[in-house]
Amino acid sequence: MKASHIIGIIVIAVAIGIIIVTAGDASSYVTFDQAKEMADNGNNNSIHVVGELPKTGSGEITGIEPSSDKLSFSFVMVDENKKEQRVFYNEPMPTDFKRSEKVVVIGSYKENLFIADKILMKCPSKYQEKTVTAGI
Amino acid sequence: MIHSFIGDLGHLFVIITLVTAIFAAFCYFIASKKDGLQSNPWKANGRFFFSLHAISVIGIVFCLFYIIYNHYFEYHYAWSHSSRQLPTHYMISCFWEGQEGSFLLWIFWHALLGVIVILTNKFWESSVMTVFSLVQVFLASMILGIVIPGLNIKLGSSPFILLRDAIDAPIFSSQPNFVPEDGTGLNPLLQNYWMVIHPPTLFLGFALCTVPFAYCIGGLWKKRYRDWIRPALPWALVGGAILGLGILMGGYWAYETLNFGGYWNWDPVENAVYVPWLFLVAAIHTMITFRSSETALKASIVLVITTFILILYSTFLTRSGVLGESSVHSFTDLGLSGQLLIYLLFFTIGAIVLSVARWKELPTTEKEASTYSREFWIFIGAVVLCLMGFQVLIPTSIPVYNKILELFGVVSNMAPPADQVAFYTKFQLWFSVIIALLSGTGQFFWWKKMDKATLKNSLTIPVVITLILTMVIILIKDVAEPSYIILLLASVYTVVANGKIFFDVIRKSPGLSGGAITHIGVGLMLIGIMFSSGYSKVVSLNTTGMLISKESSNEFNSENLLLFVNEPKEMAGYQLKYKGERVESSNPSIFINKNDIEKTATSYLVTAKRNIEDEGEVIFSKGDTIKISAENTFYEIEYTDQNGNSFDLYPRAQVNESMGGLLASPDIKRGISKDLYTHVSSIRSPNEKVEWSDLEEFKVSPGKNFFVNDYVSHIENVERMDQIEGIDLAGDDVAVKVSIIVEGEEKEYLAQPIFLIKDGMVGRISDEISDLGIKFTALNIHPDENAFSIGANTRQKDWVVLKAMEKPLINVLWGGTLLLIIGFGVAINRRYKEFKKMREKGME
Repeated sequence: MKASHIIGIIVIAVAIGIIIVTAGDASSYVTFDQAKEMADNGNNNSIHVVGELPKTGSGEITGIEPSSDKLSFSFVMVDENKKEQRVFYNEPMPTDFKRSEKVVVIGSYKENLFIADKILMKCPSKYQEKTVTAGI
Repeated sequence: MIHSFIGDLGHLFVIITLVTAIFAAFCYFIASKKDGLQSNPWKANGRFFFSLHAISVIGIVFCLFYIIYNHYFEYHYAWSHSSRQLPTHYMISCFWEGQEGSFLLWIFWHALLGVIVILTNKFWESSVMTVFSLVQVFLASMILGIVIPGLNIKLGSSPFILLRDAIDAPIFSSQPNFVPEDGTGLNPLLQNYWMVIHPPTLFLGFALCTVPFAYCIGGLWKKRYRDWIRPALPWALVGGAILGLGILMGGYWAYETLNFGGYWNWDPVENAVYVPWLFLVAAIHTMITFRSSETALKASIVLVITTFILILYSTFLTRSGVLGESSVHSFTDLGLSGQLLIYLLFFTIGAIVLSVARWKELPTTEKEASTYSREFWIFIGAVVLCLMGFQVLIPTSIPVYNKILELFGVVSNMAPPADQVAFYTKFQLWFSVIIALLSGTGQFFWWKKMDKATLKNSLTIPVVITLILTMVIILIKDVAEPSYIILLLASVYTVVANGKIFFDVIRKSPGLSGGAITHIGVGLMLIGIMFSSGYSKVVSLNTTGMLISKESSNEFNSENLLLFVNEPKEMAGYQLKYKGERVESSNPSIFINKNDIEKTATSYLVTAKRNIEDEGEVIFSKGDTIKISAENTFYEIEYTDQNGNSFDLYPRAQVNESMGGLLASPDIKRGISKDLYTHVSSIRSPNEKVEWSDLEEFKVSPGKNFFVNDYVSHIENVERMDQIEGIDLAGDDVAVKVSIIVEGEEKEYLAQPIFLIKDGMVGRISDEISDLGIKFTALNIHPDENAFSIGANTRQKDWVVLKAMEKPLINVLWGGTLLLIIGFGVAINRRYKEFKKMREKGME
């Protein structure tokens, strides 16, 4: 067997290994119910949940509770199946959190609380303004 | 008034740019049938059209800049990316903040490089410029902004579109000629000098990758399989240097401006430039091998083509909106996905078809490369670099797989790995170890003919030095993690081995030392990355272990620290004290206490309440009007270490309503062994409603002490005001300003509430000392008793939540980067000389 063949086989093996590990480490977008089920089955992998913040009729966001020392906060999120769930985040509230239209939380259930390790926010106004008024 | 001429002119230039690129491509295509140096009318035509093309590109750039510079806010581009307060150097960066502008920047570099290729290279002009012009056709179509009639397909997005056409706002139906007074401004995070130079550097790097690709295609097409590498190599080296520099500039910007605590986050946008760079570096290695030993030609062709396709792919990823939720900072979707996909597929399929057609004719070497040959080891190095890139590419493309599966009706919910940093690190660390070992050993093969005995001889000394050095570093820096020890060992080895080569080479022929310098740089970068990331330590750690909620019994340590103004707190080896909010004046640039200034009607102008000093010198006198950057608030944090040395850091928060509220940037105390990195994580929102205590009333005479919230206070003086801004004082009206001095823990504060009687009515203007959280109101004057009624409300003191980190040896990373670029420079110089020599012989 020539050295080049051996190298070729090693390269292919590594490439396949990379793909398999990536597939294994890839997270997934789930709902709160699925996430809860995973946690109950002992699977503590971090997953993504997409949802929105509940609002009252006047557009006020409800359910945000900062901790007394302002170093962490928890909030209520409604997932795509309209399930409400309290989420805890061990960081101060991100500044544009209340403006976000859509929230992605990455984390897992601990008992009945969803612990987010990371929060991604989608703020529609961040880069592109939608309207112009005479005031500007 | 709508300045429609300049926009129409710009649009005309865009059309000319596109049309001339098509003509140039066509003429050069015909011309390349007859190759060589002889003159050819088609070649002259191609050159004419490409020159016209380059001129009109400059025309577009001029028009767009003219619009931004003159604040023509009737144009969407100027309105959404600029504002009147923006300094000129940032106007340059708002030029490429939008997607259209960044395409324009790319087009501009291509046009410039095309001209350089025409001027420097006679032999390859026709075939290379055909490829170049074709690339330009696709890029120009991205900023065309024309709707094809009948089909209703929009081609490109024009930067010269008017605001009223871009945005459907009700005001335009009543006043079609309405022009906004001011623009919405440049994203404050981009108002940074690195953002002025980082995008142009990166796009120049992108553009430079086109040149070797064009030569490669030219070589395959004209069946000059061996010859294309010589002229392409210096360009590939320049591309590698510039692209690498651009990537690291982006990292440095992130380190200085963003607050995720580092320089690299494995975000898809970052990965999208990292992967092509790895492939380009691999291509450079195989091309060098080919130049010296006529092997690895096929590998060079494959790698050069792959690099270019990866550039196109990363453009597609970041600009088509496909990344959507997985990236923090991708561009907004302009509806160009289809066009970008065609651009990507055209060159991918074209290049693959051409290579496959020519594959059989490619010259190959029959003899098997020996394991003791340099070609073998460089080839292995290139393979590892490619795998390294492949590993990043696979997970970054996850959103693409979901989209493709969607096309077939399958719902896929695959998401990128939750902890990206840990995921990528576990692979990239081991690839880096292999790269470091290979680049240390490979260099010995490069300079000497090797067999077992010589290899053993030349490796003994470097290996011994490496072991000793690594031991010393491990002991001093307390490295315990096995994987880090191995990475450190490999990195030190590459530095030592290449250092030895460097000293051997520099005496004989300094011009050849580029490789050794570059690899020393790589070794140092790896050491810097390992320490600054692996041993980054949160120093603001709060170890109280609080219970997170009633519903859960988990305990968390907080990595943030809550500081009240002037109340010191201990933190890992330092005492921290928050000293209050500061603003920065424009000229001269100093930090000013927010309590010492008074707002005016214009947000960026304030007046001094008292003399403002800096290092004992009065900079602004009382009453002066000061220009400040109103968006920025700085939080002065005093650090005192165990030896009693103290210094101040000024992390920043930017308030910009249109950009989504508050953005925090760090301040960094730089040191040789470590950086101390601090940013605010939460502040009292300036727009939030403040809860004041009930009013407490004091009846006092001037000079008498009274106690507000335990602070000793007294009335310093009282003066009658002749005028108050914003209020018309007529004959019988009276206005009195009461100056109250409050002795804080650190310094004296001044509050100046105003009491006025206008048209027989009483008015009161309160004044607040924000540091202390006290608001004073002059309630009444008792002239008979020579006393005043002063009201005071108090609120919670100012506070800030901050996070502080130590980043050890991060400067080794930046130093290594510098060496890497210098090494590239030396190599470029060498290869350019080779190319010039051949050109003088009439070979190029």
